[in-house]
Amino acid sequence: MSMITEITLIAVVVAVACALPGVFLVLRGVTMVSDAITHTVLLGIVLAFFITQDLNSPLLMIGATLVGVATVWLIETIQRSALVSTDAAIGIVFPLFFSIAIILITLYAGDVHLDEDAVLMGDLAFAPFRRVDVFGLDMGPQSLWVMSVILVMNALFIFFFYKELKITTFDPAFAAALGFTPMIIHYALMTLVSLTAVGAYDSVGSILIVGFMVGPALSGYLLTHSLKKMISITVLIAVVNSVSGVQLAFFFDTTIAGMIAVVTGFTTLLVLVFSPRKGLYKQQLNQKRARKLLDKRIKTLT
Amino acid sequence: MLIELFTILSDYTFQLVALGTGIIGLLSGVIGTYATLRKESLLGDALSHAALPGIGLAFVMIQRKELLFLMIGAIVSGLIATALIQLITRKTLVKLDSALSLVLSSFFGLGLVVLTAIQNNPNAQQAGLQSFIFGQASAMLQRDVQLIAGVGVILLTLVVLFWKEFKCYTFDPMFSRTLGFSSKVIEFILSMMIVLTIIIGLESVGVILISALLIGPSIAARQWSHRLSRVVILAGLTGFFSGVIGTLVSSMGDNIPTGPVIVVVVSLFVFASLLFAPKQGLIARRIRKREKQKHFLTRLNDLKEGQS
Repeated sequence: MSMITEITLIAVVVAVACALPGVFLVLRGVTMVSDAITHTVLLGIVLAFFITQDLNSPLLMIGATLVGVATVWLIETIQRSALVSTDAAIGIVFPLFFSIAIILITLYAGDVHLDEDAVLMGDLAFAPFRRVDVFGLDMGPQSLWVMSVILVMNALFIFFFYKELKITTFDPAFAAALGFTPMIIHYALMTLVSLTAVGAYDSVGSILIVGFMVGPALSGYLLTHSLKKMISITVLIAVVNSVSGVQLAFFFDTTIAGMIAVVTGFTTLLVLVFSPRKGLYKQQLNQKRARKLLDKRIKTLT
Repeated sequence: MLIELFTILSDYTFQLVALGTGIIGLLSGVIGTYATLRKESLLGDALSHAALPGIGLAFVMIQRKELLFLMIGAIVSGLIATALIQLITRKTLVKLDSALSLVLSSFFGLGLVVLTAIQNNPNAQQAGLQSFIFGQASAMLQRDVQLIAGVGVILLTLVVLFWKEFKCYTFDPMFSRTLGFSSKVIEFILSMMIVLTIIIGLESVGVILISALLIGPSIAARQWSHRLSRVVILAGLTGFFSGVIGTLVSSMGDNIPTGPVIVVVVSLFVFASLLFAPKQGLIARRIRKREKQKHFLTRLNDLKEGQS
């Protein structure tokens, strides 16, 4: 496989893996919590690295994922104390964790093979250089494998718990009355979100992941009323965004993940304006039509 | 140890940087109070990220690292982001948090695209542009501090002048409209003030962490009082001391970044306030609950004794 094909493939897998849980984040209105998670898993990565001394250890992924889940727990605990509103709870927890991570990275910069820039923007361009070898056989880039596994896990979770996810998302009280535990589904979703963030951070960087999660799902949300259709549209848009983002990044010779984030913002804006049912343009049109109708009625009256 | 501390304290660079970060902390404490009271604290997070492409594009235009021009670029892209977020949340079905995440990540992505493009076309002047991401307080110059102080005086004057209007608008926007204040004008002034505060903080604290300075001090202050005037003053003081203490701690070590240390100090203030605040703090609450239980038990025992 040529390098650009491999990069495109990784970008597509990362984008779809992020977009799948994103559907439920958007519907539940907790996308900023996922923004917090993507920042705090960095602390998990740094702490786990100090223990394992190996950036590729699976323990690193588990530790970082746990820190992500702990973030959700801490935010919700502070919220429940009723001293602080939800958004402020998010706003005080994640900068603290992120700051500690940055301080640790700069203090031990010599020992840790992590630098701030890589953490922020990732380096999709270098992803094909880290390869998996099995008995001397080249099995393709490592991040492709890692993200494919995460993608499959996300897809399986949505497939098997579709009913539970749907009901706890749209009517948590009803779900609880039926005997589901919304809390368990919520934490399972958040665990997957942080696992995805951990897997994606070295190719996409911690800040842009949230765009990968929210953008496509938001487009899907604006284009349809059915959850199943929303999921398929989301996946489709994620693929389109990542493929065109990679092409544009090569054309302009710039950061790939950043370019995909820009494309994502652009397509979402397009959908926001031109969505046939809920778009801004359609709203304007409807208003104009309603005004004309009103004028006509008034004329017939007078 | 004490001598070491004294040498740091009497160091001119330290005094300059501490004064700069202190004023930034003071301002973000005061202005941030309005943002958190209106439950829009994450707006600051989105705006600070959105300032990055403005900085990059301003640099592309003038090819120099002139702070004032970069700031104007940051203001423009910050205001575009604000307008976009308000348009999305008001005119479509999209919720505030989704709009924030979308705008935050796509603007930040654009910022990285521009900065990388600048890096790939080397220019002697571009060094240090990256420092806006994490901030670099130690690079603060005397004229930077003068600029920060100047903006600070303007912002604080505005707060004092429009005290009534801001207060009314923050707590009851409907009522302030019936009184004849234009909500659009007040809202514009408030967002402009938030954007300005973020931007003067960018160079020293960085785009990612400046939002913590806006939120933290006001949350801490909010635990100690219910009066707006006291909360604003306390938040300003908390922000000021966080800036100074953070700068002090980071100058004690060799390679400790200032911005993150300031955030850690602010967070310590926040968690201490949440725990120890006299009226609504978690510990005070626990003690009161236990006293109530004890009281209830003794009453119960009294009743029992009375019966037998």
